[in-house]
Amino acid sequence: MTDRTIAVDYLARVEGEGALRVRIHDRSVEEVELKIFEPPRFFEAFLRGRSYLEAPDITARICGICPVAYQMSACHAMERGLGLTVSPAVRALRRLLYCGEWIESHALHVYLLHLPDFLGYPDAIRMAKEHRGAVEKGLALKKVGNAIMSLLGGREIHPVNVRVGGFYRCPSREELETLRPQIVTALGLAEETVRLTAGLPFPSVEEEYEFVSLRHPEEYPMNEGDIVSSRGLRIPVDRFEEEFEEFQVPHSHALHARRRNGGSYLVGSMARYALNRDRLLPKADAIAREVGLEPVVRNPYRSIVVRAVETVQACEDALRILDAYRPPDRPWVEPTGALKPGACVAATEAPRGLLFHRYRLDATGLIQEARIVPPTSQNQKRIEDDVRDVVGRSLDLDEAGLTTECERAIRNHDPCISCATHFLTLDLVRSGGP
Amino acid sequence: MARPKLAVFKFASCDGCQLTLLDCEDELLPVADRVEIADFREASSDWVGGPFDLTLVEGSITTAEDARRIQEIRAQSRVLVTIGACATSGGIQALRNFADVQEYQRVVYARPDFIRTLATSTPVQDHVRVDFELRGCPINKSQLIEVISAYLGNRAPNVPTESVCVECKRRGNVCVLVARGTPCLGPVTQTGCGALCPSFDRGCYGCFGPQDSPNFPALTGKLGELGMDPPSIRRFFRTFNANAPAFRAAGDAAEPPKEAR
Repeated sequence: MTDRTIAVDYLARVEGEGALRVRIHDRSVEEVELKIFEPPRFFEAFLRGRSYLEAPDITARICGICPVAYQMSACHAMERGLGLTVSPAVRALRRLLYCGEWIESHALHVYLLHLPDFLGYPDAIRMAKEHRGAVEKGLALKKVGNAIMSLLGGREIHPVNVRVGGFYRCPSREELETLRPQIVTALGLAEETVRLTAGLPFPSVEEEYEFVSLRHPEEYPMNEGDIVSSRGLRIPVDRFEEEFEEFQVPHSHALHARRRNGGSYLVGSMARYALNRDRLLPKADAIAREVGLEPVVRNPYRSIVVRAVETVQACEDALRILDAYRPPDRPWVEPTGALKPGACVAATEAPRGLLFHRYRLDATGLIQEARIVPPTSQNQKRIEDDVRDVVGRSLDLDEAGLTTECERAIRNHDPCISCATHFLTLDLVRSGGP
Repeated sequence: MARPKLAVFKFASCDGCQLTLLDCEDELLPVADRVEIADFREASSDWVGGPFDLTLVEGSITTAEDARRIQEIRAQSRVLVTIGACATSGGIQALRNFADVQEYQRVVYARPDFIRTLATSTPVQDHVRVDFELRGCPINKSQLIEVISAYLGNRAPNVPTESVCVECKRRGNVCVLVARGTPCLGPVTQTGCGALCPSFDRGCYGCFGPQDSPNFPALTGKLGELGMDPPSIRRFFRTFNANAPAFRAAGDAAEPPKEAR
């Protein structure tokens, strides 16, 4: 009988602080624990007593990588509870802002965090010594996402212009048009990214995921739609908590989530794509076909191609919004008369997947209760399942090799531990005989 | 000559301030040519040990382990710069400093006994010597590049400490507070954002913390005239830099804490 122990104290190239513990006995994987030691920050507690108008700015600070997602879920939840309907122009501008965040976040993950795994570098800086052109293209693409957020939101991290009921100020058509040449360039770069990533060497792996995402009657999902799953679930967003539950485990500061039937599930780009392949715009659809991307991708390593396709989609969508934009009469709407808040519930598609918010307000508009379920919390259990599978397949590797494979399995899902609280240390214990 | 070693460390935070470095798309590769990125875990899986020539610290101290870790980092760092509201004032999570953290734990977690946290969220300077504090929620890109360039060039960073109002005038904005009656923290807040909020027709909400010579009683009086009640004024001072001493005191002055009444 032999024991093997591998410890990685901190997972790199993910957003946040975490660790992984894997215990192996007699060639079977006994236990996988994704440990999130990012310190808790208690947003749901200190949101109580704050005005509903503060929710978008405060919840944005949960995550510097996807602040727009928090702003969007918070705004939509409040508007639903207060019975506010925003104008079509505001709706379009929000989608444009979200496109900016998707482009920025996906370019960051694809080029700076994920691609080094495929090309064998510790980071994009060192990768740039031999692949400077690719890294520069990735940064140029990322910069366009940030430019969209800066123009609409004032800045790319924690934009200041998002308001419950709309925007504080809506841009003129001329201001928005200044983005067009940059987005046209980005669209080309994104298409190149699809071709680049589709040509990478991928391990041949298929996982059995239950995919969960929003689905909208006409559009690739962002701010609206029902919650659907690849196993036939279809519910309105306000029934989320009936079908999905959060639970706490001793090894993590992030609550985990599962289906009420106990199963893990996956949110994020692979889920959105699998459940909404038919909603891609023409150029995104064409490039996915060109590189032969299957309609449902079950190989987690190939998520890098899916993110690239979604980046094309976001650029194409942004241009479509620019074409149609006319400034609204009023930048924002607000409740009239006495507040009669109902259930404030919304889910939107953060770059990393479904982001659920629920609030209860009092008659003066102060928050009494807040519940936020970020995508990485939901994916933790599924990521543990992926790691279990990768370890099971790779038992013959030495410790260093196995550690690398575990880290890759986690990075495939672009986890954001700042959101989930944050990320990784690998502690691998092997026991039993070879 | 060996390139100077740069490190980036994270404590309780949203990751946005270290992301700011990766958001410097035009400067990132040129900066990386001039420094050795010795420890930046969000960006690299390869880290070498200290000592570091320049260390950037994001986030506030909220656990006993982090209180120990910051001491180690200080000992390894020739120059230590804190970046962002969390590291310089305790951040939004310092709202626990005004509340009962055990009650907070019960609200968020079914099993609060699994959670290890301190009762307070404190800035890095409460624990170790800090060479420079770069404010902001998030920090400003050009100020970050200025700070990195300054320390690489062995000079002091040029980062203004005047109010948002000064920047607003420079931009030619109409004053949202005076002309529109919109509550605004611009008069008491340090510039650095480029007077963003007033440029978007809203009031400043204090991302960069107190400016160097704020007049809180005048602003508090004005906010009252605009119809804000004391709890609302206190809340206004208590967001992303709630624990900055000047904002903390202004909040208490607007509505004294219960035990003091």
